[in-house]
Amino acid sequence: MTTKAGTTLAADPAEPSPPAVRLPRRRGVEFTLLVVAVLLSVYGYCAVGLAKYGTLPPGAADYGAGLGVLALLAHLAVRLRAPYADPLLLPIAVLLNGLGLVLIHRLDLQTPADQAAPAQLNWSTLGVGLFIVVVALVRDHRVLQRYAYVSVVAALVLLALPILFPPVNGARIWVRIAGFSLQPGEFAKVLLALFFASYLAANRNALAYAGRQIWRFKRLQLPTGRVLGPIVTIWLLSVGVLVLERDLGTSLLFFGLFVILLYVATGRTGWIAVGLLLACVGAVAVGWLEPHVHSRVEDWLHPFASIEAGRGPNQLAQSLFAFAAGGLLGTGLGLGHSILIGFAAKSDFILATAGEELGLAGLSAIFLLYALLVERGYRTGLALRDPFGRLLAIGLASIVALQVFVIAGGVTGLIPLTGMAMPFLAQGGSSVVTNWIIVALLMRLSDSARRQYDGPEATGA
Amino acid sequence: MTKYIRRAAALCVLLLVALLVNATRVQVFPSRAYDDSPANRRPVIARWAQPRGDIVVDGRPVTGSKDTGEQLRYERTYQDGPLYAPVTGFASQRYGTTLLEHAEDPLLDGSDPLLSFLPLWNDITRDRNAGGEVVTTIDAAAQQAAYLGLGARRGAVAALEPATGRVLALVSRPSYDPGVLSGNGPSVTDAWARLNGDAGKPMLNRAVRQTYPPGSTFKVVTAAAALDTGVITDLDAPTRSPAPYTLPGTTTSLANEVEGCENASLRHAFEWSCNTVFAKLGVDVGLGAMKDTARAFGFNNADLRIPFSVSPSNFDTEMDRAQLALSSIGQYDTRATPLQMAIVTAAVANGGAVRSPYLVERTTTAAGRTVATTSTRTLGQAMNPGTAMRLRELMRGVVEDGTGTNAAIPHATVGGKTGTAQHGIGNSGTPYAWFIGWAQSDDAMEPQVAVAVVVEDAETVRGDISGGGDAAPIAREVMEAVLKSTDHQLR
Repeated sequence: MTTKAGTTLAADPAEPSPPAVRLPRRRGVEFTLLVVAVLLSVYGYCAVGLAKYGTLPPGAADYGAGLGVLALLAHLAVRLRAPYADPLLLPIAVLLNGLGLVLIHRLDLQTPADQAAPAQLNWSTLGVGLFIVVVALVRDHRVLQRYAYVSVVAALVLLALPILFPPVNGARIWVRIAGFSLQPGEFAKVLLALFFASYLAANRNALAYAGRQIWRFKRLQLPTGRVLGPIVTIWLLSVGVLVLERDLGTSLLFFGLFVILLYVATGRTGWIAVGLLLACVGAVAVGWLEPHVHSRVEDWLHPFASIEAGRGPNQLAQSLFAFAAGGLLGTGLGLGHSILIGFAAKSDFILATAGEELGLAGLSAIFLLYALLVERGYRTGLALRDPFGRLLAIGLASIVALQVFVIAGGVTGLIPLTGMAMPFLAQGGSSVVTNWIIVALLMRLSDSARRQYDGPEATGA
Repeated sequence: MTKYIRRAAALCVLLLVALLVNATRVQVFPSRAYDDSPANRRPVIARWAQPRGDIVVDGRPVTGSKDTGEQLRYERTYQDGPLYAPVTGFASQRYGTTLLEHAEDPLLDGSDPLLSFLPLWNDITRDRNAGGEVVTTIDAAAQQAAYLGLGARRGAVAALEPATGRVLALVSRPSYDPGVLSGNGPSVTDAWARLNGDAGKPMLNRAVRQTYPPGSTFKVVTAAAALDTGVITDLDAPTRSPAPYTLPGTTTSLANEVEGCENASLRHAFEWSCNTVFAKLGVDVGLGAMKDTARAFGFNNADLRIPFSVSPSNFDTEMDRAQLALSSIGQYDTRATPLQMAIVTAAVANGGAVRSPYLVERTTTAAGRTVATTSTRTLGQAMNPGTAMRLRELMRGVVEDGTGTNAAIPHATVGGKTGTAQHGIGNSGTPYAWFIGWAQSDDAMEPQVAVAVVVEDAETVRGDISGGGDAAPIAREVMEAVLKSTDHQLR
């Protein structure tokens, strides 16, 4: 392992180049899939109307047209500016976003005082707008590497911002200005992924091989303080987020993202061990000290305790009831009762509506859509040749993977619940916009990966 | 780096598998805790999400459903609610279900697997069928006659078809409208409090859930035991019974309401309801035979269902001879529901065979396919057919020239027995007026109806209360109604 890595170390980019074949563009495939995605979403919208009122909903045409136009604009931008990009990414994003709009609209029908779908459509429009901007403006992803330190400063500012604002539902993750509420932590995810990718691409050799050896068999090697410093900083940062903002999910996400990228960059299993150890220390400490987090763990271990105590079902119990009610095939769109979950039914618990009304079949399909999205991201990472691009692709895909796992695992009772947004599906402007940017960057990266470089090889840092 | 990317990808696959496996655990194998949790509103919502099946009397539904558009969507409505309340019970979203609404609940709310052609498929899709219909045996005219006959008086009526056990009428007064308990709102809570606080206990189904001392109507049972055991062989031979009669082993003396009971024949004693004769007969028959006969008629049976449960009627199994003497004239601890006394008279009318009473003729799907049919079942033989024939003769005598002349119906043979049951401490309560009887139109092969009527608080001067005066006219109207409708069917 050392020798193999050592030989490639001298020769700059770590991997042999893939065969120089110009891949087909597959834009027609993308267009066809986009049409399918829009039609599926419109079908879902109509199904809700039929189930609720027995007639086709009057907004179906508008909804279909709106989603269609967004998809078409994004597709045209891709055709013009990233013609080699992966043809699956955009249709998956459109389908998930369209399905999310359907589910939120469906829940809106039962909360006439609180209409979330129109705002979500506006945010989705903004998201697609930024998608087009990113695809159009970022001609080469390697340019982004220059902004690594700007990114990390911006990310830290964004993360710190909500501390100045009052907490909402126990978590200090919101910024409210003039009627708008934002979750800056969502944007910070992308910026941090950018920074991690850039930093690790530049320092991966130092991290992997420099520093003192503390174990005889070279299994665990501590790097020098200079290199280690930023890593400890990141750990402190995630714990700080946890303590100050009571946002277990985001902290978990940052940490997971960092550990994955560190492992991919250095290939050192020891880092995973250190990472897990640090995570456990942090989690246990916070679990002890922080009642908000502690109660989440208690709820996870005993979801029905509040019922037995006569206080009625908590959100997790309601969520489990919803999933159980869905069964194999679901009740059908519009026919479930996941609104019983209460205030977070449209955001954190949107998956419960999917589980109840689309059943295990529909839920699995949604999971597989996310898995496909992540898989295309990883594939892009494998196909790229520059370490920064690779790490950025893996980082972005891992954000989606971790986020889906943390929130889906939380609402289905697999792991303790943490308030996070299901990418594209859940109500939440910041989240939708961020996820569109993630997909835009993945498109950009996949375009580079599938297009043969005309110029010289990337030179890493 | 490729190797490590692949490993990271493997981690993602692991996460995906964990999610899928866990989703399967939660969705496909939900533990019973999920479905049975009282905190889970879904079963309740599903239960009221569709119209409930109807309860049908004489081809006409007496129930309905109203779409409220609320979370618990369809509310139960009732036509002639107070009239049929002792049959239907109520189906309340807040207070649950009672009587037929309760006994046939799975069918009515559509959850009974028998309603679907493919029960297994329904299990998988978790679909609920449309609510089925419950067709009752109630004769609308008889029910109406009993209800109007009781009027404002407290009491109950039960009528049976002797040959089958079909329940033709089941009335309890005062009654209530079960419709006021449908739904969830404050009016329902108020109605519930008002009905429960009412001294008249309108929600008590007196026909099947209240036991009364049967008084002299119990003499039918005593007579059956005396004839079956051979203690009496000749209806017209004088019995060796003194009047007044001193209860064995005591100094308490038992008297009669009427004259001419000393050494009276069984026929005379039956027609004029001589307490002394029957008290002594019971003692002569003995506790063993008396309790066997009572049990054969259905006393002490706690398992009777029609399909909702019927309070058991009581005849003590351990008594001294004085207690036995009193029990034999339907006093002491002897207690019977009106339905039980209808069973007694039906057994006499049916040659001694006791048919199990039933209220549900058949159940069907919403589309009309029959799900189940109730068939006639025999509970046992209460007496020899010969005894039954002689008892019919005795009962006919009561109506023709005894205490029950008020029950006579033109162009029909009617048999009956009156009763006036004393109750309360030192007999301080207003006596219960009883009448049990059966009727057979002149052109029918067998008696078509057996009926029991009890009036708790007849609005007459205390001394005038009698089964013949208060209860017999109600019984006559019920029997007449049945005869008319069966005649109608015959033509």
